[in-house]
Amino acid sequence: MAKLETDIGRLNLRNPVLAASGTFGYGLEYSDFVDFSQLGGIITKGTTIEPRQGNDYPRMAETPSGMLNAVGLQNGGAEQFVSDIYPSIKDIDTSIIVNVCGSTVEDYVSCAARIDTLEKIPAIELNISCPNVKQGGMAFGTNRESAAEVIRAVRRVYRKTLIVKLSPNVTDITLIARTAEEEGADAVSLINTLLGMAIDVDARRPVLSTITGGLSGACIKPVAVRMVWQTARAVKIPVIGIGGISSSRDALEFILAGATAVQIGAANFIDPEISVKVAGGIGEYLDRNGIDSVKDIIGAINS
Amino acid sequence: MKRYISDWNVLQTTRKRDVCLLRLGLGEEEGKAFPDVLPGQFVQVRVDNSPSTYLRRPISIHYTIQEEREIWLLVRIAGEGTKTIAETKAGGKLNLIYPLGNGFSMPENNVEQQKLLLVGGGVGAAPLLFLGKRLKESGYVPDFLLGGYSMENFFDNSQFEAIGRLFLTTEDGSGGTKGFVTDHPVLYEEKYDFIYACGPLPMMKSVARYAFARHIRCEVSLENTMACGIGACLCCVEKTGRGNVRTCIEGPVFNIVDLESWQN
Repeated sequence: MAKLETDIGRLNLRNPVLAASGTFGYGLEYSDFVDFSQLGGIITKGTTIEPRQGNDYPRMAETPSGMLNAVGLQNGGAEQFVSDIYPSIKDIDTSIIVNVCGSTVEDYVSCAARIDTLEKIPAIELNISCPNVKQGGMAFGTNRESAAEVIRAVRRVYRKTLIVKLSPNVTDITLIARTAEEEGADAVSLINTLLGMAIDVDARRPVLSTITGGLSGACIKPVAVRMVWQTARAVKIPVIGIGGISSSRDALEFILAGATAVQIGAANFIDPEISVKVAGGIGEYLDRNGIDSVKDIIGAINS
Repeated sequence: MKRYISDWNVLQTTRKRDVCLLRLGLGEEEGKAFPDVLPGQFVQVRVDNSPSTYLRRPISIHYTIQEEREIWLLVRIAGEGTKTIAETKAGGKLNLIYPLGNGFSMPENNVEQQKLLLVGGGVGAAPLLFLGKRLKESGYVPDFLLGGYSMENFFDNSQFEAIGRLFLTTEDGSGGTKGFVTDHPVLYEEKYDFIYACGPLPMMKSVARYAFARHIRCEVSLENTMACGIGACLCCVEKTGRGNVRTCIEGPVFNIVDLESWQN
């Protein structure tokens, strides 16, 4: 059996398949469908220092081979996470990574510092790429200076593995990735959703209450693979590939493009068991091809 | 309540205009437990072979026959996804996640005091058959009030008539009382203790106004657009007195007093 374990900074993952933030709740939502010990890890729903109600309904529009969402980081806030959610997930047998977001640098710092105190959370994913909030989120991740400022500030207070989640809604994603690396991030994850829009032609109105939203699903995969390939060549830190992965072959595309690990997002909605199936499929591929470790095929495309 | 995912056998399909009744059976294979299902719960149906459909389709449970391991779905063709589901042939399979959502509440007081009305609009009548069956098993004799555009739009009224009194309204006057469900005289002749409603949003809101005005306990089943159906994505939220809550977990059935924006 090929070895599936992989490393993100000091964080050793059992296998390279993680569940993406915002698509997997806090894991518990999937407990009837997923044996968590078969997963590399779970990235929680985006967490902010204060509770957020999110955006008004409608928040979702189905699109060809994908969907737009405009949830807007609805969550109970860091204190609720610490007191109510953490106790119920801390013993889940996989790496639990908290996705941290905010409206200001201070928000990010306070939230990251709070999560830093939790023993069983080995890493955070800094979300500087949410397109669905009026302040913060993507605004930080589409500009090198603001990205540098927030990553630097969080790095100062957060001692464990720091992953920075990047927005694809930029001219050159490698510039933001390099900034993250320079400011001490242990890894980058990409891509967050692509800014999109859908219109109800009968009502002549946007479908989403926020007009625009984030596009995810199978339709974004080629864009994501390209950005992962570009980023993996531009930075030395690990790259985590995200975007439309629905099968082990999709995941392998990202790994061959240079991803050290991958995240499964919207595909969890169609098949709640998909994450474990993808991990199994990667193992079968390695065995079939006589490859000892998944690490051997990271970025291993012939070109 | 444990949720499952598995393939169901399509035993029989019956089409009438744009509505299709699908009788689904769970095979006897090992590991396929027939779930406890509550009236008002739904399933998430995976749509295969429809490139324009990405997500599953939430469909309410129309009826169950526990001993036959059958679940019935009543599907109105609203687009490509539901069309693909409705056109699945007997002998085929449908992949379901089930059972989902909270379901309707049962009346709490003693039987004699409760007059129950189940109001359905169009295919929204679907979960009321199963609800009516459970209410009858618990000793109640519910009334049904179903509305449709025309008599041709009612799928099979005999099933409702086997449970309780059935009142109809049609917009075109082809049968029952002409107009909407809230135009039916039974609402002004009887004094109901509990009203359940499922159907188009404007219909449920007018039933809710009727219930608010008379302080009648009332539950409605919402069909907010959903992605996951299992509480993870937060796409289907409804605004309530407790903030934005997930229609797929805290709903789809809500007591109207929780729906703050409905009270005006």
